[in-house]
Amino acid sequence: MQLYRAHVLVCGGTGCVSSGSKKIEQALTDELAKQNIDKEVKIVETGCHGFCEMGPIVIVYPEGTFYCRVAVEDIPEIVSEHLVKGRIVQRLLFKAPVTEEQVPSYKEIAFYKKQQRVALRNCGHIDPEDIKEYIARDGYEALAKVLTGMTPNEVIEDMKKAGLRGRGGGGFSTGLKWEFASKSPGPKKYIICNADEGDPGAFMDRSVLEGDPHSVLEGMLIAAFAIGADEGYLYVRAEYPLAIKRLKVAIAQAEEMGLLGENIMGSGFSCRLHIKEGAGAFVCGEETALMASIEGSRGMPNPRPPFPAVKGLWEKPSNINNVETFANVPVIYLHGADKYASVGTEKSKGTKVFALTGKLRNTGLAEVPMGITLREIIFDIGGGIMDDKKFKAVQIGGPSGGCIPEQHLDTPVDYDSLTALGAMMGSGGLVVMDETSCMVDVAKFFLNFTQKESCGKCIPCREGTKRMLEILEKICDGNGVPEDITTLEQLGKVIKNTALCALGQSAPNPILSTLRYFRDEFEAHIYQKKCPAGVCTAMLEYKIVAENCKGCGACARVCPVGAITGEKKEAHTLDTSKCIKCGSCIEKCKFNAIVKG
Amino acid sequence: MIKSAEDLRRLREEAKALTNIRAGQGVEIIVGMGTCGIAAGAREVMSAVLDELAKRDMTDVRVTQTGCIGMCEKEVLIDVVRPGETRITYGRVKPQDISRIINSHVINGQIVEDLVVAKLD
Repeated sequence: MQLYRAHVLVCGGTGCVSSGSKKIEQALTDELAKQNIDKEVKIVETGCHGFCEMGPIVIVYPEGTFYCRVAVEDIPEIVSEHLVKGRIVQRLLFKAPVTEEQVPSYKEIAFYKKQQRVALRNCGHIDPEDIKEYIARDGYEALAKVLTGMTPNEVIEDMKKAGLRGRGGGGFSTGLKWEFASKSPGPKKYIICNADEGDPGAFMDRSVLEGDPHSVLEGMLIAAFAIGADEGYLYVRAEYPLAIKRLKVAIAQAEEMGLLGENIMGSGFSCRLHIKEGAGAFVCGEETALMASIEGSRGMPNPRPPFPAVKGLWEKPSNINNVETFANVPVIYLHGADKYASVGTEKSKGTKVFALTGKLRNTGLAEVPMGITLREIIFDIGGGIMDDKKFKAVQIGGPSGGCIPEQHLDTPVDYDSLTALGAMMGSGGLVVMDETSCMVDVAKFFLNFTQKESCGKCIPCREGTKRMLEILEKICDGNGVPEDITTLEQLGKVIKNTALCALGQSAPNPILSTLRYFRDEFEAHIYQKKCPAGVCTAMLEYKIVAENCKGCGACARVCPVGAITGEKKEAHTLDTSKCIKCGSCIEKCKFNAIVKG
Repeated sequence: MIKSAEDLRRLREEAKALTNIRAGQGVEIIVGMGTCGIAAGAREVMSAVLDELAKRDMTDVRVTQTGCIGMCEKEVLIDVVRPGETRITYGRVKPQDISRIINSHVINGQIVEDLVVAKLD
């Protein structure tokens, strides 16, 4: 076997690929050959490290040096300094935001310090296209344990003891779900993985599939054994080509190794897995719509009951879990249900991956124990708000979730506390907003999303979301009337209670929660015809403050409609009838002479 | 082809060799790669270390480099650090000394006294 003295891990997650990691890998290959150490140093393309903000990420072992924002031009220096001479390239290390101290090692970076990686345990550490690297980190050992020493009932009991709840949104007990499916009679059952991740801002499932596909396959096989299924589907949205590619490689390797297919590990248990590519409809993340889509029908939800556990795919008992849920499964059988349940809160066990996006310093993926506060996630891991602006709200749970204001940031995060606040865990997307975000506009954004994604089957969702959106648009255009708030609340409640599926039932959440915490902003729009955050353009007017204006003419040159005029070195004037409120002039002005309001 | 749980466990032991280097444990061999070290033949010594480890299938030993530590006169310098033991620096190391250092010190814990130039706690 070839022995390498150093491994260079290049992040091949979608985030880093888009910031150029493929070119870096190529440059590295070339440079190693040029310096004649390509036989001593191995390049490993890994999945996502989570710290996408700092990508492309390159980690050099055995030292574990963490290089961030690496460019192709940096490669010769990394090779000749670090890999040949053993001198760390200081300037490429991560710099702590406050102290500006350079942090050489992965584990010392604040972004990672508070994290506890279970579902993401292998992401960024292994080559996802080499099953041996997964096996080296105890991969498929949990399956071996289950197949050789446990009955399906014991597997289900352990799952109930572990207290794992569905990570896709609903938070239903995974053990109970398995139990229902296992108790359904019938020789043919299906196991299904829901990888139709569609919440704006959420990308943890994609990262798990790209970075550690075998953990999902192993979780599915354990679940299949527990419920008595011999066939399964992974429903992956087609917008995730890299995840699909890596899953295909993983399935082929597992089949070749005898870990998937007939008579797995000589146990007599057989299971085949297929990939079904979704076509990008958000509603197909709803389990009954998802199964309809696999069957080749139009992706629309069906009333429950019957639940999938009784009558699912092709009318056979089926069990659907989400990607992150399955990735947690092997850990439970590897280290024991009690150990798993020792992390988290009383009713929410284990860890949860959050996708940090929005106005944060450190965006990316963070896996934290349940019960941590939102403040810790946003300010300690996320590094706080960009450009030292003021925090306003965090949108959690995507289009089904809600906005949580400053005063609730110290609430310990779990399924039930978030629901009590009017949001929900959802898939774990966290969109952080600062003082420049208008909450009416945010509510409109999410409703616009659900309204477009409504399948149209039931009236409350199809018509109700449309009407609510019209009202929000009216308010943002400055035409709101006092009754609009009550109508919104009323409509919201009706839709919540009467829509057919979870998409419709949760669609009003973003509006109801913003009405609950930011009612004053709605009222300002309606009564004063003002947008406090200065976002809704219909209610804004741009003005030039004459005493600040130096007459440099920069604004006049950038204005696309010629609304600004004036003599050189004299205060300019702005014609509001021509102004389209694009904001270009404000960006250009160096003297703070243009204001909006 | 994995036909039993035992097969899986056997394969895992083999596979661990692939990723051991990322675990950060085991013996470390540090080769002085300053300009002085390279001029004195550190590259050849490094190759000899890697060849010897490969020959013996020792995938749990980490090989790293370091810059000039001032004793340029004594280059090529290599350090052997066994977990929990004193860091031993060998000087004027030639490729042909490597087999002896690995066999006696890295594997068996017997310091090769005639090549030692420093012992660091």
